[in-house]
Amino acid sequence: MTRRVVARTFVYLSLVLATVVVLLPLGVIVLTSLKTEREMADDSGALSLPGDLLNFHNYVTAFQDGEMLSAFANTAIILVFAVSGTVLIGSMTAYAIDRFTFRFRKLVIALFLVATLVPGVTTQVATFRLVNSFGMFDTLWAPIALYMGTDIVSIYIFLQFVRSIPMSLDESARLDGANAFTIYRKIIFPLLKPAIATVVIVKGITVYNDFYIPFLYMPSEDLGVISTSLFRFKGPFAAHWETISAGAVLVILPTLIAFLSLQRFIYNGFMKGATR
Amino acid sequence: MTGRRAARRKEPPPLPATDAKPGPPPRRARLWRGVTPWLFLIAPLALLLTFTYAPIVNMIAYSFTDWDGVSPELHYTGAGNYTELLTRPELFEVFFVSGYYLAASALQIVAALYFATILSFNVRFQNFFKGVLFFPYLINGVAIGFVFLYFFQDGGTLDSVLSLFGVHTDHAWLGTPTSANTSLAGVSVWRYTGLNFVLFLGAIQSVPGELYEAAELDGANRWHQFRYIIAPGIKPVLSLTVILSISGSLSVFEIPYIMTGGATGTETFVIQTVKLAFQFNKTGLASAAAVVLLLIVLAATWVQRRFVPDDRVDLV
Repeated sequence: MTRRVVARTFVYLSLVLATVVVLLPLGVIVLTSLKTEREMADDSGALSLPGDLLNFHNYVTAFQDGEMLSAFANTAIILVFAVSGTVLIGSMTAYAIDRFTFRFRKLVIALFLVATLVPGVTTQVATFRLVNSFGMFDTLWAPIALYMGTDIVSIYIFLQFVRSIPMSLDESARLDGANAFTIYRKIIFPLLKPAIATVVIVKGITVYNDFYIPFLYMPSEDLGVISTSLFRFKGPFAAHWETISAGAVLVILPTLIAFLSLQRFIYNGFMKGATR
Repeated sequence: MTGRRAARRKEPPPLPATDAKPGPPPRRARLWRGVTPWLFLIAPLALLLTFTYAPIVNMIAYSFTDWDGVSPELHYTGAGNYTELLTRPELFEVFFVSGYYLAASALQIVAALYFATILSFNVRFQNFFKGVLFFPYLINGVAIGFVFLYFFQDGGTLDSVLSLFGVHTDHAWLGTPTSANTSLAGVSVWRYTGLNFVLFLGAIQSVPGELYEAAELDGANRWHQFRYIIAPGIKPVLSLTVILSISGSLSVFEIPYIMTGGATGTETFVIQTVKLAFQFNKTGLASAAAVVLLLIVLAATWVQRRFVPDDRVDLV
């Protein structure tokens, strides 16, 4: 009996410890973001409470001087195009591969399969030259094209779902005179909703958080997305931790809200997305 | 929850059944049918070839030249770049840095396994703990970089916490290569444990519940249940995680770039390649480095596939 109690205590202790380890660095950043410049200079330590818990001055500075508004706008544009492109491309590929037998089908499948083994970062130098030669460098199109063109995971997710849609649905529609495009548009695509939700979530979070691609491909200041704009805080706000913290909180907040409201879907999305 | 229910309700109305059997399709229709799949595949294949395969081919070609990435002139240098890579020790040092991240991945996998196991049984505030453990994975990398720059600062979060326990250090956490790399690898554990945790959790939940009940009747304790039911049940996910960790450890970029810019011996392979290519205009050498990285990752994947055959890759 006592052994059970000890084990139980250990389990809860480890969980509480993990919670502290995860939340403490984030909590301190929230505290710091509410402090004034004076309070920061006083050097009373990172854990001290700010004098005024409703001091949002740093947020205003971060939002305005950090050009966060245009950053959020650029991110939103890229998100919409890249995510809808990924959904369209992934579902079309999955439909073509699963529902048709055609010559070179195996080759096409192999091409997609082998591509998963190549980590994107390794080929970036050559990709950069290519994107440059298309004249897409330093435009919003570079990240959009790259996010759309390299997402194999979403193709897998769609493939799993297309497979689970009974063939008899296609066949009866065909007998009614529907062609392949009508079947894709009216039957397959609407039935893919759960898969689309998964892809939108997984892809959306990847795009929102990505730093590498916008950093390499969009150096112009007015093309900053939230990661690159936040990164630029390092320069002008060098030691102003209260402003940098406010910027970081501004970037994390939308993620937190999305996570809390979509929790279940996000877990499922990642389980489906990553095990494929 | 509601969204999913709504989606299920909206199934298309049943299609009217017909008894008419289709005759053999006329020739034009047959031709049309042969072209159709390609119409769906044209865009995806074009993107795949342009953004995945063309760069690989180009990269291999560049790796045998001295191209600077700008001038129209480039000379074939044979294996020169590769010999340079293998003989200049400072270019090779970045692989030792990967060692820190590999060690961190091991720690990360163990922690994720532990938490996934205990949280798949009955625990109070289960969902809260799950959310807390997973959330870091969703946070923007630059934000994480700043959070932990402040964490490791002199008089920052870590020092303040330590002084609560009466430990006062004047240790610059990012000041020496060993301590800086350990700190950065620690950030990586903080960031990625949640992903592994969720993957393991999903795998454990797919193990049928009756197995635990049966085992409990047979007097198995938690450790036995883990050893004989959970561990074999999640083997495919575990092996996937190991391979992701290896390629992840080799291609670390964001956190060290944001936090130290690669200073004090924290330069990783990708930071080095980016610097070679975009700061020193050594496209040829950078490409050779990238080819080496790609080969290492492919080799690791191959070895892993040999040892743990993954029977779940059933794309065909």
